[in-house]
Amino acid sequence: MAEIQLKDLAHSYAADPEHTTDYAIHQMNHVWEQGGAYALLGPSGCGKSTLLNIISGLVKPSHGSVLFDGVVMNDISPQDRNIAQVFQFPVIYDSMTVYDNLAFPLRNMKVIESEVDEKVRAVADILELNSILQQKANNLSADQKQKISMGRGLVRDDVSAILFDEPLTVIDPNLKWKLRRKLKQIHERYNLTMVYVTHDQLEASTFADKIALMYEGKIVQFGTPRELFENPNHTFVGYFIGSPGMNLLEIEVTAEGAKMGEITVCLNDQQRRLLKSAGNASLKLGIRPEFVQLSSQSNDESMPCTLVHTEDLGTYKIVTVMLGEHSIKVRLDEEQQVPEQNAYLNFPSQWLKFYADDYLIVTDETGDKS
Amino acid sequence: MNKIQNNRAWFLVLPVFILVAFSAIIPLMTVVNYSVQDIFDQNNAYFVGVEWYRDVLQDPRLQDSLLRQFMYSGSVLAIEIPLGIAVALMMPTRGAMASLSLILLAIPLLIPWNVVGTIWQIFARADIGLLGYAINGMGIEYNYATNATDAWLTVVLMDVWHWTSLIALLCYSGLRAIPDAYYQAAKIDRASDWAIFKYIQLPKLKGVLIIGVLLRFMDSFMIYTEPFVLTGGGPGNSTTFLSQTLTKMAIGQFDIGPAAAFSMIYFLIVLLVSWLFFTTISQLDKNKT
Repeated sequence: MAEIQLKDLAHSYAADPEHTTDYAIHQMNHVWEQGGAYALLGPSGCGKSTLLNIISGLVKPSHGSVLFDGVVMNDISPQDRNIAQVFQFPVIYDSMTVYDNLAFPLRNMKVIESEVDEKVRAVADILELNSILQQKANNLSADQKQKISMGRGLVRDDVSAILFDEPLTVIDPNLKWKLRRKLKQIHERYNLTMVYVTHDQLEASTFADKIALMYEGKIVQFGTPRELFENPNHTFVGYFIGSPGMNLLEIEVTAEGAKMGEITVCLNDQQRRLLKSAGNASLKLGIRPEFVQLSSQSNDESMPCTLVHTEDLGTYKIVTVMLGEHSIKVRLDEEQQVPEQNAYLNFPSQWLKFYADDYLIVTDETGDKS
Repeated sequence: MNKIQNNRAWFLVLPVFILVAFSAIIPLMTVVNYSVQDIFDQNNAYFVGVEWYRDVLQDPRLQDSLLRQFMYSGSVLAIEIPLGIAVALMMPTRGAMASLSLILLAIPLLIPWNVVGTIWQIFARADIGLLGYAINGMGIEYNYATNATDAWLTVVLMDVWHWTSLIALLCYSGLRAIPDAYYQAAKIDRASDWAIFKYIQLPKLKGVLIIGVLLRFMDSFMIYTEPFVLTGGGPGNSTTFLSQTLTKMAIGQFDIGPAAAFSMIYFLIVLLVSWLFFTTISQLDKNKT
């Protein structure tokens, strides 16, 4: 059982990193608690696989340390770290049967054969591989191969964490949810720490209790899927989570409120104070398409806008409107009507987020400190 | 379903048929033609049926060289395949050293057969050759021109020198095609180096090894130039392989009939062994699944 701690960790593939751009992972401190189901979410090239490989020991970090339960692991090889890793492409030993594949790690550890048999059958039971145990592994479908890769991690008693590196990439969409559910079951049953790397927010939020969102080598936010959605603390989180992502508008603070081009959004006192505290950083206003209100009637605070186009996605619609020179996306439920001629936008003030230099402005008053 | 039958469609096969006829069937048929006749001159040819075949198969000279040939191909394969795999495993995977070793390995493959023969002919000579002289200098008596065992060793060594590179290069490319994830997974599964070799590398090399074995078998089974230049088949007949026996028969003694029969048998052996090898391997594969 392990709590994984990253202490002052940074990594550069270059021999002597000089600029911050040389770093694949920027200095970070992070703790994955024992037994948690975590997702490491981020776009391609943000360093999430590097981070995973550092945890598993396949990559040695250039700075800082990795601790398992408080013990420094930097110089411990992957095979001695008590972790299992599942890769993007299923790794199976072609020449062996499914049974032998599952037994492989145990046999490498010289476990007696009767025990091997017991373990393999137990794991095969959970992964529903029972019926194909005696088949050769190389002719199986991708999802079964991926289950075998997972199974090899599960047969070992000493495994305390399983790391997944985009394990469902090569799986048929209709089988993905099945495997994801299997992962959940395994997590509940074995009380293992699981870290799941993916670039798919849906995958991350269905699998994980907590998501670490990575961007340019940094974990920009660590929280529940809901926190990431409602309270993104970096513009990138707003942009990356949600479909479509958050509307982000550059603003200037004036006496009337937040000015963006010709348009001014009214602010309340609290928001004014918030923005003032940011000083002269570059400011942005963010609001999720789900929270923007679009109607055909104007009210005190509404702003006139022009409709550009509507995408009907079946269960919801995405309406693109122009507010001054800014394009805003609005997500409407299927039953909501898109205004025909005059359209007005409202930004409910509780959903307005303000960013200074891309980071969420927080004060003690709001209580938001995620 | 109404299928239109038009036999003129057969004409479409004609170009291929003509090509194959000229490249393979017609030349082969002339050999078949000679192998079943006894020809004295243009007007005197007698059909003899399978007589030449019977003669050839009972000829002790040929039986001996056939046996020698199998021993030769067998030992060449037994050395070159494991050695080639070992070399490929030890080669650096990236950087300047990788390119350098690739070039060094490719050099023997670029040298023409008779030059290889000449190189070794001189290199291994007991009087002036570096290798021969050095071995004798160490107190081991060695002379490939007079001692049959020495001649054998030299011929095999020459082939190993010439062709191990081919296996090594094939395996090298096969090894490079294994994704890193396999090694990483094996590491995490605590596999030993031997287990990695046995369960990851070797299975992944199977494809290239089948090709390598087939190529080396066919090539070594038909070898002519190198031993001919090196030992001329001697001492005695100790390094006279099939193709040399055949050449002596066809061109030296002008026994066209038996030589043609022999050619056919030779051809069929190569075909049969290759086919047996290939089908056995693919059959093994199917049975296991």
